[in-house]
Amino acid sequence: MTNSRVGYSIALAALIAAPFFIYPIFLMNVMCFALFASAFNLLIGYTGLLSFGHAALFGSGAYITGHILSKMGLPVEFGILLGTATGAAIGLVMGLLAIRRTGIYFTMITLALAQMMYFICLQAPFTGGEDGLQGVPRGKLLGVVNLSSDLNMYYVVLAIAVGSFALIMRTVHSPFGRVMKAIKENEPRAISLGYDVNKYKLMAFVMSAALSGLAGSTKTLVFGFATLTDVHWHLSGLVVLMTLVGGLGTLLGPIVGALIIIALENKLGDLGNWLAAATSIEWFKSMGESVTMLTGLIFIICVLAFRRGIVGEIAVFFKRS
Amino acid sequence: MEIFGIPWSLMLSQLLLGLVNGSFYAMMSLGLAVIFGLLNIINFAHGALFMMGAFFAWMGLNYFGINYWFALLIVPVVVGVFGILIERSMLRWLYKLDHLYGLLLTFGITLLLEGVFRSFYGVSGQPYQVPALLSGATDVGALTLPNYRAWVVVASLTVCFATWFVIERTKIGSYLRAGTENPKMVEAFGINVPVMVSLTYGFGVALAAFAGVLAAPIMQVSSLMGSNLIIVVFAVVVIGGMGSIMGSILTGLGLGVIEGFTRVFYPELSATVVFILMGIVLLIRPAGLFGKEK
Repeated sequence: MTNSRVGYSIALAALIAAPFFIYPIFLMNVMCFALFASAFNLLIGYTGLLSFGHAALFGSGAYITGHILSKMGLPVEFGILLGTATGAAIGLVMGLLAIRRTGIYFTMITLALAQMMYFICLQAPFTGGEDGLQGVPRGKLLGVVNLSSDLNMYYVVLAIAVGSFALIMRTVHSPFGRVMKAIKENEPRAISLGYDVNKYKLMAFVMSAALSGLAGSTKTLVFGFATLTDVHWHLSGLVVLMTLVGGLGTLLGPIVGALIIIALENKLGDLGNWLAAATSIEWFKSMGESVTMLTGLIFIICVLAFRRGIVGEIAVFFKRS
Repeated sequence: MEIFGIPWSLMLSQLLLGLVNGSFYAMMSLGLAVIFGLLNIINFAHGALFMMGAFFAWMGLNYFGINYWFALLIVPVVVGVFGILIERSMLRWLYKLDHLYGLLLTFGITLLLEGVFRSFYGVSGQPYQVPALLSGATDVGALTLPNYRAWVVVASLTVCFATWFVIERTKIGSYLRAGTENPKMVEAFGINVPVMVSLTYGFGVALAAFAGVLAAPIMQVSSLMGSNLIIVVFAVVVIGGMGSIMGSILTGLGLGVIEGFTRVFYPELSATVVFILMGIVLLIRPAGLFGKEK
């Protein structure tokens, strides 16, 4: 235990120093998605529920925060709180419907409900349709800290991410987390032991939803916009991929996964240009546009050969030796 | 003549549009149900293979001069063979694992296929001419019936009922049904189950490609046409349950028609009505209209 505490302290110190060396917007982007993927992992990794509709939760948080800050002019704290609450509320409705079925049907239901949310965001009067909400102001936190400075914003996002991560870690190791794991391993057995499985599933879903909403809100605050991409099923797939690449059911997996996938999305064009220059094959230049293709390929490889994910593989390696 | 202040002819034309969409839902959910029955995999790639069917028809016409009617025969076979290759090379390794991995793998295949077609043809739709034989419309009293749309309904219903007949009433179908119940026992009777599994997947995929060719002249042929459809089809499958072949067909058609009428009475809801119905069905009858709780 002390070993991992030292590890976390070093990581935290590195994160505090990071914005002086790395572009802060990129880091904030990674942290938002690391939070999103960790929230998602709470379901798939610890409760065994594959949701394919998490973009709806992320996106609704993003839209509500955007609306509150740009149109209603309320303080930042309200924006984030209400975005989180919206994620939780939509998660409650979605969860209530989806847990009526298990396994593969659960996944299809979440996907379908998220698609419905997408159409609502496309048509609703306050979401700005195809354009989305643009130019959301960052404002001042508690009326004091000016968030328009990227550095200030960075530390706020860091605090949100670290706080949420601590909450997730606490939950996973709590008695509640044990029951979640029991449901994942053997649901009939958990029922026969007297646990109200559906209640636990719903609680896990709402918690995951609230944190996804928080991730969406934070993202809107960082970038100043909320668009249809935030509710599109592509994003639901992307968060699955992040978690899968990092390692399902590991605490650090989703964070590693988010870092890799976001870096890939942002830097793929540069990598392609570099490869084109190095090998003089013209095709590499168009690599930046073929992110979808590459994500698909990583998906296939991960499922076929690499199901434990990076962190999972490392853990197994250390257990053996 | 008017019903609730809406002209009769408008109602009829929306009914026809609904039936057209419904026949696509029916064919797609039928294929999903057949595949799920034997392979226990939800084929997310179904939408991408539908798109591939439409694209192959378009490519056949523009690059090789293969006309619509030949495409209708050849494309499902080609895509079916492609499906068998997917099953043999990738899906095969996942049967012993949690079903979720099958969904994740086919989702990856979807992204890959969409990405490939997108990198060649972009996201804008390619037009596909209605075949000369079916262009124009017939005047049937109350409304003018576009020939091609009528053909789509007839063709897909024929295919759906033929599939139902083969599975429920013939010897080959009985093997398939037995394989769905208990594959080990069927294997003990000397039937080559792995080959049957490959062929079943190929067949389900061919159905999607057939639907894709039928759809080419109606929808714009684009890399995104499949994924928009597949999510609605998932909702259809949840509503109907995947236990019964006839159930899939009827649910698909019925929901298409309901969607058509919604477009007349309350157009704002037409994109979401299927999902709302899914929610209602989940509340009242969680196993689905034709489903058996497993």
